Amino acid sequence: MEHLNRGGFDFDLCNRNNVLEKTGLKMKGFMKTGTTIVGVVYKGGVVLGADTRATEGPIVADKNCEKIHYIADNIYCCGAGTAADTESATALISSKLKLHKLSTGKETRVITALTMLKQMLFKYQGHISAALILGGIDINGPSLHTIYPHGSTDQLPYVTMGSGSLAAMGVFEAKYKNDMTKEEAIALVAEAISSGIFNDLGSGSNVDVTVIETTGVTILRNYQTPNERKFRNNPYIFKQGTTPVLKQDVAPLSTKVVIEDIMMS
Amino acid sequence: METLKLSALPEKDKQQPISHGRFEAYVDNGGTVMAVAGKDYCVIAGDTRMSDGGYGIQTRKYTKVFQLTKKCVLATSGMQADTIALQKRLKSMLESFEKEHGKPMSTPAIAQFLSNTLYYKRFFPYYTFNLVAGVDEQGEGWIWTYDAVGSHERVKYSSQGSGNQLVIPLLDNQVAKFNQQIVEGNKDVSCEQVVSFVKDSITSAGERDIYTGDFADIVVVDKNGVHWEKFELKLD
Repeated sequence: MEHLNRGGFDFDLCNRNNVLEKTGLKMKGFMKTGTTIVGVVYKGGVVLGADTRATEGPIVADKNCEKIHYIADNIYCCGAGTAADTESATALISSKLKLHKLSTGKETRVITALTMLKQMLFKYQGHISAALILGGIDINGPSLHTIYPHGSTDQLPYVTMGSGSLAAMGVFEAKYKNDMTKEEAIALVAEAISSGIFNDLGSGSNVDVTVIETTGVTILRNYQTPNERKFRNNPYIFKQGTTPVLKQDVAPLSTKVVIEDIMMS
Repeated sequence: METLKLSALPEKDKQQPISHGRFEAYVDNGGTVMAVAGKDYCVIAGDTRMSDGGYGIQTRKYTKVFQLTKKCVLATSGMQADTIALQKRLKSMLESFEKEHGKPMSTPAIAQFLSNTLYYKRFFPYYTFNLVAGVDEQGEGWIWTYDAVGSHERVKYSSQGSGNQLVIPLLDNQVAKFNQQIVEGNKDVSCEQVVSFVKDSITSAGERDIYTGDFADIVVVDKNGVHWEKFELKLD
């Protein structure tokens, strides 16, 4: 019974996974997001950007997935790494923040989201493969943070993460300046993400942009779509009967379902 | 009592051999090639993207289709260095043959010759996945598909490379008419229809395979010779 209340970190399942792998069990591959994600602080707020490609090894699993996640009304988070990890980490902290806001009665702060995320990721010692860009605006003004899978964080005016981060950072280092206007910031973010999309094979498809300012949030889903399909053959037509029907069972709906009229009061 | 060991160095038998990174001879530069044979023509397609094996692009303009004679082309995916070495080797042997025999090598002969060349390096293979496509002396369309060490088979259609598994099912369904109870359409398909279908196939491969994209060479071989067309794919 004593092992139940040891306290501290419990990595029994990680040990079990390693043992299983050694005996030959092949673990199912994870869906990674490849990814280029960026964030930039401008004069009145924060602009976040992301590409929309999700990969499973060399294959594109999703051509238009969403990588900018809602954390709170004034805080959004881009995620790179294992898709399930970024989804569940951001959803969990978003939920915790909602309860926290009701408990405190105050507007959520970016550093609260930051602290919750980093403490969770550190607790899991990097096994949760989520590399995040957290951006938002609160009583202390606009702020932008990066969070690494092991739990370290940075606060910076411009950030990039993911496999396309080097391509995107090249653009930022050349063109970033302090106190940009909203239009300049959006254009810069779109250019950085495009750089990732075209030069990194792990990133692709469309550019998503989210603008967070004091007046509210503007979600520009598919802000740019520079990768529409270029060629399409005449449609392939398969006549009825192409796939042989072996058995058919037709029953009127009323024998399976009871249909009632209910008076709505 | 155990003797005290006073040494800063680890004991002889516990010394780990210094492990350098092993020399990796092969790299897969990615890309997809495919070919479909008609009655008196062949349509071959190959994308032009070259990757570094990881997430980077080395070039967008590396042609994977190589013309061997007026009636035969070679399409190769896999490692670029081995592809070029193989192309050079074949080219020089073809030229010798032509000088010795007074005529160019026929397509079936080239097909066999490539197999021999690949098997010659059975124990240090060319990391190449080949397709030989062309017309024979009578003008009939031929395609041969190879593995890395020369096993080959004459087929009506084939594909190789990173997008192979995306393209083959499409060819199986539309060219060989597999898994269809009622087969639609005429038996004889025109060259233009096949070219359109091949463009569609390689575009589809480019959608879902990160190593396929940029541009594609669409090559038609018939009794009149070899005709090249450049076709755009997505750059992302």
